[in-house]
Order: sequence, then C-alpha cells, then structure tokens
Amino acid sequence: MKIDRRKFIKFTSLTTIGLAGTPIARALTGEDSLLAPVKPEPSLDNPLTARRWAMVIDLRKCLSKEGCTACINACHLTHNVPDFGNPKDEVKWVWKEPFEHAFHEQEHEYIDEKLKHAPTLVMCNHCDNPPCVRVCPTQATFKRETDGVVMMDWHRCIGCRYCVVACPYGSRSFNWRDPRPFIKKLQPDFPTRTRGVVEKCTFCEERLAKGLLPACVEACPEKALTFGDLENPESEVRALLKENYTIRRKPALGTQPEIYYII
Amino acid sequence: MYDAGKIIIGLIIFLIIITFPVWYNIAMGKATYIPQLEYPVDAEQCVADSAYIRASHMDLLNTWRDKVVREGERVYHTPDGRRFEMSLSNTCMKCHNKKEEFCDRCHNYLAVDPYCWDCHIEPKELVP
Repeated sequence: MKIDRRKFIKFTSLTTIGLAGTPIARALTGEDSLLAPVKPEPSLDNPLTARRWAMVIDLRKCLSKEGCTACINACHLTHNVPDFGNPKDEVKWVWKEPFEHAFHEQEHEYIDEKLKHAPTLVMCNHCDNPPCVRVCPTQATFKRETDGVVMMDWHRCIGCRYCVVACPYGSRSFNWRDPRPFIKKLQPDFPTRTRGVVEKCTFCEERLAKGLLPACVEACPEKALTFGDLENPESEVRALLKENYTIRRKPALGTQPEIYYII
Repeated sequence: MYDAGKIIIGLIIFLIIITFPVWYNIAMGKATYIPQLEYPVDAEQCVADSAYIRASHMDLLNTWRDKVVREGERVYHTPDGRRFEMSLSNTCMKCHNKKEEFCDRCHNYLAVDPYCWDCHIEPKELVP
C-alpha cells in the first residue's frame, strides 16, 4: 500500500478532527468533564489521606486582612464549639494570640512594633511528640499512627485536665459548664461535648475522611492556610517550606509541632 | 413463740403489701405490657436483622464508636454487601428519626439511661 503526501495529510487532519470531536460534543451537550478538572463529591469513598498532615500559615497573607475571623468562625460553627461569652470559661479550637505571646522566643526589644502585637493565628500543633498524649491516663487523646493527627476520643475523657496542663501551646479547652445552651447554631452531623470534657482542634479528621480540606483552610479568604502531606515531597506544604523560611512555636521544647509559620 | 397469731397475721399483711405491685399489675393486665415502638415507614432494611439489633445494638454502636474514633474506619459492610457510614446521628437516626417513639420507649421501660444524646444530636433538636 502506497501513501502519498496528499493522502497522508488528508488522513492525519481527519484523525485530528475526529479526536477533537468528543470534547467538542461534550462541551456542546453540557458534559464538560473533559474540559474542566473534576472535583469529586464529598464522600467516604474518596478520603484525603497522608502519612503526616501538616499546615503552613502564611502570616503575611493572614495579617493582610485586618480583623478577619473567617477561619475561626468556620471552625467553631462546624464543630459545635460553644461561646460562653466570658474568657474564664472560654472554649476555643483556633484563635488569635499576639505575636509576642505566640512566639515569645522570637520577640525582642527592637522587634517591628506592628508584628509585636500582630494577632497570630494559633491552634493545636498536632505535635510529633505530643506531651498531652503522654500524660493522658485513659488514652482519650492519642496520636494516629496513620497520619499523625493528635486525636481526641471524647467518650473516654474523664476531665482530669492533665493534658491542659501538659500542652505548652494552650491548645486545649475544658468545658467547665454544659456547652449545649451556648452553641449558637447546632450542626447535626457533629457531636457536641458535655461538661467535664476537654476539647481541641482535630485537624478536621471527620472532613478529611470525606475528602474535604479542614474548615479553616477552606474558609480563609486570603488562602493563607495550606494543608498537606509533610512526607510527600511533591506536596504544596513541602513546596512552601522549601521556598520560604518558616518558624514553629516553641521548637526548643522538642514537641516537634507541625504548624509552620511564614513571617 | 409468744403472740404467734399476731405475728403470723402481721407477716401475712406485710407480704401482701410488699408484693402489691406484682399482683396489682397482674390483676390489671399490665404484666404483659410490651413497649410499642414506631418503626420508620420509608426505610427498607436495617444494618442487621432485628433480633440482633434488639439484643445487641449497644455492642454494635460501641464497636462502631471504637472503629471510627480510634481506628479511623468509617464504612460498615453488612454480610449481604451493603455499605453504611458508621454513625449514630448520621446513619441510625436518619431512619429512626423519632427518638421518643423509638429509643426512649424501650429505654424508659427497662429503666436504662444511655448517655449517647448528651453529645450526639437527636433529629428533633434541630427543629427550631
């Protein structure tokens, strides 16, 4: 069989048109799955998994929007966190702390005044070596071997508050009173806690199981929070850690916190 | 025995009073009372057969709790190949959405007071 140039060009151009046909037809019929990246439906069938979850907080972006509490609101709404309206009973999963308190080791006499009092976003650091887990007498708080999340089993918590004392970051809150009446809007798919139980951030493990990013990461309008697998060299967090100089809270304590800050 | 007559009569009266709830309920036909539960109308089949659920639902829930919280496993596979999310609020209470007519009737009858709903939210509480 002999193919001359004319025939070859005819054949290849027809093939190209034929290949282009499917996406064009899909686009015309409204089936645009080939043209746009598909985001899978939140379901237990496609969970987000990692060997070591970690978060990078870009403080420059975070501070650029003054007075923003989008992440805090989203988290506290999602997890039925009560608002007692008084600092003595306060329960918090993620909150803001002046920079000089969050990073007192970094603070000095001549530090930029603006940064010194800047409201720094802080939460549970999901330490690699968590002191709260070591002291818990009932193993109500434990470290998940699969992905490094420092988890809480509220069924088991007896309210001894050893963990509250052990945590060097103040990430744990105790329910001194019944939280139910102080929850503004109940979320049916997440439990509340009772009086006498300690609570804290769980890296939204119930959302990860459904393939969703943590509520705070999703809610941030400045995209200042990045969540990903620390052990995957291709991940977004690893890229950020490679490109930027990052600090962690109280590294000298040896808890190996897994929240990184870009200042 | 002194005053045998008085003592024996006294004992008989005592026994009658102490067993009063028992024979009173028999006489009133309440001894055969069984709590009537309201089953969901539009659901086809529970995660396990009724005999097992009736006797061991608390064990199943305890297993589910440990699987989800401690092992991070969330999907329950029934022997006949159906899949469910292991969740009291999001699976059980989606069909059995009337806690008072289902859970409470039996629990009250047996005088058990499970603390599930101290934290987990029953469907009714969402209605403002």
